[in-house]
Amino acid sequence: MNSEDIIQNLTQSDYKYGFTTNIETETFPKGINEDIIRRLSEIKGEPSFMLEWRLKAFEYWKQMEMPTWAHLKIPPIDYQEIIYYAAPKKNKAPESLDDIDPELKKTFDKLGIPLEEQKQLSGVAVDAVMDSVSIKTTFKETLANLGIIFCSMSEAIREHPDLVKKYLGSVVPYTDNFFAALNSAVFSDGSFVYIPKGVRCPMELSTYFRINAKNTGQFERTLIIADEDSYVSYLEGCTAPMRDEHQLHAAVVELIALKNAEIKYSTVQNWYPGDKNGKGGIYNFVTKRGICKEENSKISWTQVETGSAITWKYPSCILKGDNSIGEFYSVAVTNNYQQADTGTKMIHIGKNTRSRIVSKGISAGYSQNSYRGLVKIMKNADNARNFTQCDSMLLSDKCGAHTFPYIEIDNPTAIAEHEATTSRIGEDQIFYCNQRGISTEDAVGLIVNGYAREVLNQLPMEFAVEAQKLLQITLENSVG
Amino acid sequence: MLTIKNLKAQINGKPILKGINLEIKAGEVHAIMGPNGSGKSTLAAVLAGRDYVEITSGEVLFMGQNLLDLAPEERARMGIFLGFQYPVEIPGVSMVSFMRTAVNEIRKYRNLPPLNSSDFLKYMREKKELVEIDTQLTHRSVNEGFSGGEKKKNEIFQMAMLEPKLAILDETDSGLDIDALRIVANGVNKLKSPDNAYLVITHYQRLLDYIIPDVVHVLYDGRIVKSAGKELALELEEKGYDWIKREYQKI
Repeated sequence: MNSEDIIQNLTQSDYKYGFTTNIETETFPKGINEDIIRRLSEIKGEPSFMLEWRLKAFEYWKQMEMPTWAHLKIPPIDYQEIIYYAAPKKNKAPESLDDIDPELKKTFDKLGIPLEEQKQLSGVAVDAVMDSVSIKTTFKETLANLGIIFCSMSEAIREHPDLVKKYLGSVVPYTDNFFAALNSAVFSDGSFVYIPKGVRCPMELSTYFRINAKNTGQFERTLIIADEDSYVSYLEGCTAPMRDEHQLHAAVVELIALKNAEIKYSTVQNWYPGDKNGKGGIYNFVTKRGICKEENSKISWTQVETGSAITWKYPSCILKGDNSIGEFYSVAVTNNYQQADTGTKMIHIGKNTRSRIVSKGISAGYSQNSYRGLVKIMKNADNARNFTQCDSMLLSDKCGAHTFPYIEIDNPTAIAEHEATTSRIGEDQIFYCNQRGISTEDAVGLIVNGYAREVLNQLPMEFAVEAQKLLQITLENSVG
Repeated sequence: MLTIKNLKAQINGKPILKGINLEIKAGEVHAIMGPNGSGKSTLAAVLAGRDYVEITSGEVLFMGQNLLDLAPEERARMGIFLGFQYPVEIPGVSMVSFMRTAVNEIRKYRNLPPLNSSDFLKYMREKKELVEIDTQLTHRSVNEGFSGGEKKKNEIFQMAMLEPKLAILDETDSGLDIDALRIVANGVNKLKSPDNAYLVITHYQRLLDYIIPDVVHVLYDGRIVKSAGKELALELEEKGYDWIKREYQKI
């Protein structure tokens, strides 16, 4: 039996997060209109400025059309067939863990996200979001003692309206793009983080997103503000049940780093990718952008993308402050019929700004994997530097890897470097491992993890181990 | 330990091995010499289980088992080691994690518990000293950026780590300077025991100055046409392969 047969014969590993939870859910009727938005805002107890903002976004969205420039085949989406709000039913907001539906608690335990603080991985505070609402945020008090605010977006809108009003939409305005406008109109929850001046957040902050209810879209909104001289590392994970129909996830994430502040944002994206024939799976259309608003600030995006039927995502940095730094580290894996069009934008505005892009694409099966990146160096960005490395690895002869790098330079002192490679996973490499006693499956895992090493090294420890396993599972039965 | 009976094999329909017979016992060192294109590397590839070679007839028994039925990794776990002529690079995979995965797979096969990190590193250090390999090499990714000589030394180091029963060295001496050659040969000599055996494939006699074979075989046109003691290697060095070819063509 040759190695291809062995891989063919490996059992296709199931998506292990594909279960659903039977809990009572309160849902809105299908579709989007002004009434739905008013009702959503009312349920959330939002101040009037929020409702006005949402309605403006909705008006704007109605004039827009879905973008078609990405290298993706997206079947038509009927936005009136989506449920825009679904929440686990409850009488009041949970005061303590005892108030949370035991079924719900079980779900998060099953996902490896225990909500009991004493059981947690040391030093990770979690905000768990199911369908449209935040279930529970842990370690809140510990963090509050340092003046750190870590709570659900809904709570932030009610409790910290000044911060929200000042920063929401300041990096990604609702006019930015079709999905950002839609999100602004109907987002139902998400996470909010504020790190005060001079505080180094002592633990990883983490949000765990879960879509459970049927026909529901998830529109979360995350806003992270790092005040002067502060530091925060934030992690985001996500899963969804296996369903035959597609579900829409259109999130917006905004990061703001003030003077000397640093934000590290890591994502392990594991939404349900659809089955091996391309049926079902999440449409992941996400806008993520950070601004290094003042001097010496730094924003670093790290993403491991293995899930979703279609991914459309470009975590970006606006380097406004002088000497600010933007980084983007990405591993994007596509298998079967998955499609990904992902990359970043680095906009250099300030002087001596630096950016670094490391993108590792891995394509298997019949999938299509594109890197799309823009490096823009503006007129006043003296001595700006960019380094881009963009590698693609092919695991089958039926998949595609594409790169679309754009470089626009308006300042003669700027330097931008771009390196790109495309390789096929080698039969010789696999055989070399086999000859040392390593099975083909483990060999593919080793080789792919080696290839993605530079990106995985950027992840916090607990996540790095998880991500390595995920890469291997995603690629089982995929070399051919 | 190893018995090859009337082995015939082809690549893309072209016969390469045309009836190999060979018997190797524990404790022996066999050398296979022969001109280019005679089938030396194909023989090594068949024994290790490369799938581009198609076996058309014959059998290979290793430790009493039919080797040709087994996957490459199963053969490796049973104790077959191939020192590659052209070792591949695996970027980003550290020698430590590569070797640790391999060693623990082989231990699992031998019903031994996996080595923990500190025991593994200690084991690795011992083997490194034994084969005199530079510590810097084992801190890097598998063969990445290694020179030709470093890659070959790394093969011997891996052999030391995996403690095979039968080691097949496929032209390990090609491209080595005399110092590297000595390190490779010393490694083999130190690892040699009454329980293991070596099949050394080489083009030149000079490796056999350091690794003394019990038997030398000449492979020509897919067959072993001559087998004798170590003096055969010297004779080949002196007279070349033409007389073998002439003798063979007469038959």
